[in-house]
Amino acid sequence: MLNSRINLAGFAMVLAALLAVVGVARADEAADPLNSPMWEDMRSQFIGDDRFLFDNRVKVSVPNVVENQAQVPVTVDARELADVRKVIVFADLNPVQNTLTLFPNDAQAYISFRMKVEQATPVRAAVLTGDGVWHVGGRFLEAAGGGCSSPAMARNKPDWSETVGITRGRAWRQADGMSRLRMTIQHPMDTGLTRDNIPAFYIEGLRVRSTSGKVLATVELREPVSEDPTLTMLVRLPAGEKLIAVEGRDIGGNLFSSHIDTSWRESRLDVPKSAE
Amino acid sequence: MFPRARSRGLASGSGTGTGTGSGREIRASLVNRRDILQAAGVAGGLCVLPMFSLEAAPLKYRLEPVEIAAGAWMLVGVDEAITRENGGAIANITILDTSEGAVVVDTGPSKRYGMQLADIARALTGKPVVRAYITHFHPDHVFGSQAFGAKALAAPAGVVEGLKRSGDDFASAMYYLAGDWMRGTEVVLPERILETGYEDIGERRLRTLVLGGHTDSDLALFDERSGLLIAGDLAFLDRAPTTPHADLALWQASLATLSGISFSKLVPGHGPAESTPRALRQTADWLKSIEDVIRSAFDRGLDMSEAMGEPLPSWSENIALARYEFERSVMHFYPKLEADLWPRVDR
Repeated sequence: MLNSRINLAGFAMVLAALLAVVGVARADEAADPLNSPMWEDMRSQFIGDDRFLFDNRVKVSVPNVVENQAQVPVTVDARELADVRKVIVFADLNPVQNTLTLFPNDAQAYISFRMKVEQATPVRAAVLTGDGVWHVGGRFLEAAGGGCSSPAMARNKPDWSETVGITRGRAWRQADGMSRLRMTIQHPMDTGLTRDNIPAFYIEGLRVRSTSGKVLATVELREPVSEDPTLTMLVRLPAGEKLIAVEGRDIGGNLFSSHIDTSWRESRLDVPKSAE
Repeated sequence: MFPRARSRGLASGSGTGTGTGSGREIRASLVNRRDILQAAGVAGGLCVLPMFSLEAAPLKYRLEPVEIAAGAWMLVGVDEAITRENGGAIANITILDTSEGAVVVDTGPSKRYGMQLADIARALTGKPVVRAYITHFHPDHVFGSQAFGAKALAAPAGVVEGLKRSGDDFASAMYYLAGDWMRGTEVVLPERILETGYEDIGERRLRTLVLGGHTDSDLALFDERSGLLIAGDLAFLDRAPTTPHADLALWQASLATLSGISFSKLVPGHGPAESTPRALRQTADWLKSIEDVIRSAFDRGLDMSEAMGEPLPSWSENIALARYEFERSVMHFYPKLEADLWPRVDR
């Protein structure tokens, strides 16, 4: 009896020691899987002292090959995580790292857009869940440089200012009840870093809402978002509503407004494979 | 030890006889360094030797001419993307013998390649290169041009315009992708401007067809003597076509034009030369397929990343770089579809 008690105590101590070892291993896993020289700086800039982990449920898609450094497609998909409050997309080695932030109020933790890169860089998403933990995922993007320091294509057109704000888009009502919104807004999205001394001029915010006024998602944009921002989002329109309203503002104070009809062409879209 | 190594290096450098002054110096210094490192390797332990030798060896393309007709050869490009391993030698280059001198079609990806091409053409024909045709402005086809000079270079006006517009950007991208293979490479603008018609060089009459679709200006050459059709990148075979500057409708029309020529053998821009019209048909099929797949993905609201993962027809499994080129094509065509097909929603 006594022996077995001692054994039990010994077992518990071994177990505690094992757990401690596992704990250490956990801490080791917090080493940056992309081995970026800027990771510590990124962590303090975007996450601070909050709890975080590298989490492969945060999927960042970038192409395997990039030939236009001013228009690199990026998709962030964190739909496997529950209760997502905020998604920050950043690129460690860009002159401006902070790229885009999504607040998915009544939307899925999913956003697709295009960005400029100045050189090959990790592209990451830090996803904050309701329990206060950041989940970080990312991919290393191979690319030659120059996307941030090349002038916008629109700067070659004398009438660019007349087309700022022209918005095109379409929405699809998915089988799962979400609405898939795709849209593009004409805007030079000047970084302020180009050789021709054009100051920064970019769309800084978008609010996606239902016509009854419910905010479905807000997006903050920064300099690295490509010229003519083109976004894909998955929002949940209240039952019975068919129009998605999008309001935007650039740092020059210009306001943009558009309405996208989800019943346009009465199209339906099956849930994409990645959501299954 | 050092003076001896230097003198040997210089002797072997000047022995090649084709380089410019700076090229010889570079080669000499490389040989030089290798000699020194070999000496160091022997002193420091033999196991070190192979590694250092590899690092310091001057880069040289392995180019083996394949005879495709009487007095006509092809240097076969590898079915790969441009890498630091292949030095960008991915496109097919054609060499023709004429009584007036050697003729080359396309010059390869770098100055270094062009130099080797000039040597090979001279060795095969016993004559220097008197004319170098450029089929289009893409970097894997034009950056060997320094070996031939502007006066020997011939291309349609649209190709020259393309080089003026994008040549320097292409050079930057190539330095990034291929690295040291590109050393000393610069853009050269062809001075002889071609239109659709004929070029007579010695006993050969070359039909020039100024077409388009792969880029805004693509040259195909038909050698009436041998029946060779040199299609440039209007035709690909068993390697997926590239579309960064493509106009698909124009490209299909150009393929139809080329199908009307009765050739003995067709040299595609990438892939094997064959006596069948397989390259023309396969290129047309590929372009139609990716157009359909991309359009369908776009119509269903997929974003670019999702579209890149869409299935391709099963026959494309035998096509080299199918997925890689499809991903690129999605990036090429999506923005235009968005601009053209989505309705205005801001009013």
